[in-house]
Amino acid sequence: MLAEFSDPAALLHGAEKIHCEGYTRFDCHSPFPVHGMDEAMGLTRSPLGYIVFVFGLLGAIGGFFLQTWVHTKAYPLTYAGKPYFSWQAFIIVTFGLMVLAGALSSVLGLFHLSKLPRLFDGLFYSERFAKVSDDGFFISVDVKDPRFDCTETHRFLESIGAINIEVIKSE
Amino acid sequence: MSLLNHIPKQSADAPLDIAVPMFEDAPLISGNQSFASVTNRIAGVVEGPTPKMWWVLFSFSVSLLMVLVGSVGFLVWEGTGIWGLNNPVGWGWAIVNFVFWVGIGHAGTLISAVLHLFRQKWRTSINRFAEAMTIFAVICALLFPTIHVGRVWVLYWFFPIPNQMSMWPNFRSPLLWDVFAVSIYFTVSLLFWYVGLVPDIATLRDRAKTRAKKIIYGILSLGWRGANRHWRHYELGYLILAGLSTPLVLSVHSVVSTDFATSIVPGWHTTIFPPYFVAGAIFSGFAMVMTLAIIARKAFHMEDFITINHLEKMAKIIMVTGLMVGYAYSMEFFISWYSGNEFEKFAFINRAFGPYAWAYWIMISCNVIIPQMFWSKKLRTNVAVLFVLSIFVNIGMWFERFVIIASSLSRDYLPSSWDYYSPTIWDISTLIGSFGLFFTLFLLFLRFLPMISMAEIKGVLPQANPHHTMYDKPGVAHQSR
Repeated sequence: MLAEFSDPAALLHGAEKIHCEGYTRFDCHSPFPVHGMDEAMGLTRSPLGYIVFVFGLLGAIGGFFLQTWVHTKAYPLTYAGKPYFSWQAFIIVTFGLMVLAGALSSVLGLFHLSKLPRLFDGLFYSERFAKVSDDGFFISVDVKDPRFDCTETHRFLESIGAINIEVIKSE
Repeated sequence: MSLLNHIPKQSADAPLDIAVPMFEDAPLISGNQSFASVTNRIAGVVEGPTPKMWWVLFSFSVSLLMVLVGSVGFLVWEGTGIWGLNNPVGWGWAIVNFVFWVGIGHAGTLISAVLHLFRQKWRTSINRFAEAMTIFAVICALLFPTIHVGRVWVLYWFFPIPNQMSMWPNFRSPLLWDVFAVSIYFTVSLLFWYVGLVPDIATLRDRAKTRAKKIIYGILSLGWRGANRHWRHYELGYLILAGLSTPLVLSVHSVVSTDFATSIVPGWHTTIFPPYFVAGAIFSGFAMVMTLAIIARKAFHMEDFITINHLEKMAKIIMVTGLMVGYAYSMEFFISWYSGNEFEKFAFINRAFGPYAWAYWIMISCNVIIPQMFWSKKLRTNVAVLFVLSIFVNIGMWFERFVIIASSLSRDYLPSSWDYYSPTIWDISTLIGSFGLFFTLFLLFLRFLPMISMAEIKGVLPQANPHHTMYDKPGVAHQSR
């Protein structure tokens, strides 16, 4: 079930109320991130930071050991009289690989946590939903939500200020 | 209504007024925009008919690109001997151009990452095409060392790839640091740009009329549907990328400068190089953003989004970094005298009064003297002046790299090995051709992708703030629709 709201403020208040009402499988859709929406929907901070930290650390450790291995074991050659294990010289590539691993994991992690790419979603059946990337503000409630009831939810969404409500039948 | 008004007002007896905004209180976006008008104006450029002027510029750029293809083709066939390189001057225009293009790229990341971390909301109007500029500039930059190695088909030796000779690259060499720094910089910039683009490509997908566009934009937008359960990861992910890019962008030109600073050539062997190169990179990059922004806002009538206010802020950054560069020039002279090293002293006297004095004084005029005009508010808010000055800065920064490379190499320790470097027609055609590559990519970007971030612009409009006072009165909120 898809409900349209007039503006970001209405969407925020709607989200607060639907969260208080005990709905869990709902989402708010907006063309830009609305300030304070995570709190309104009762969402916690994204765990992405931990993922990036772990991968960035792995990138740094892996990079440092790669260089150490190359210069002490795989191909120990003397260049310019420098010692094989010149850890100072390894720092730059270590740092670079940390950033690379961190950046890749943050992008892949962000899409993984968002369950994207997912090129098709039931919401795209709605003509009206195309406005979500322009100036539309929506709340969608999944039919699998334990509190979902076709007439009851419809009435509830109306009471919290939705201006257009439609039922999307997919699958 | 200003964006900064929601900052809580300090009480009268507060000891420190920390909430004072750094910049004046002018609105970021003019023309009383609504969410829909932002979409229409920006996506409209991509969806509308191709302007004739675009075709004219595109044909010109592609012609220059063909010059590049020809020059590089001949280079690969014949070898680097076709360039003006000689025995003391083994690094010629190819390295000058490399450093120049990498430097240009820096402004894009600075705008998108550093200003994002500092919550400078004015960046939203310029970050998209500044990032695009970064990517295209780094592509041009990567081209030069690639062809400079001569035997491009063994380029994979640069990377730690297990190979048939069981050889490994030398991680202790600054030249290899460069390979990593610049290619990682390219990858991270591309990721950052793409992540920023996803919500906007979704807009293009939702507005697409033809099937081909629906499919292409549909795949690229990954099924984005503006869900807040996505936005919360997205916003944090974007912040993390900005946090990773910030030290990265500062490191890239520092690493490039170590190519010079770790050598023992007089005029190169100085510790001031990393900060000096980074300041110069930001200086030249902002000048290039300025040049492109002025052309784009004029050509596509984006004056409401890229306001004179944005241009003025960029002019201030150009002036600040220009002063840093000027300081570095004078400090180099001071240290060469203070060190008491004969060779260093000679290198700098030779730089200003030797055979390359003409290039040195072009550099000083363009980078130090001319940007002083920005002290005047009247001049830094005049679009014509800004445009001309930004081109002077670009010329000046190209000459900076030329002066550093050519003057130092051509006069090193032993007078019997001195020689004068001058470019051949192939050096010139490759440089001109690289501009063809840059502008071809940039024009394609302007045609097929939104040049300004729609999602971010909407986010900084006053009505995007759900706690804005306009929402206190019922009914007023609908003016945004």
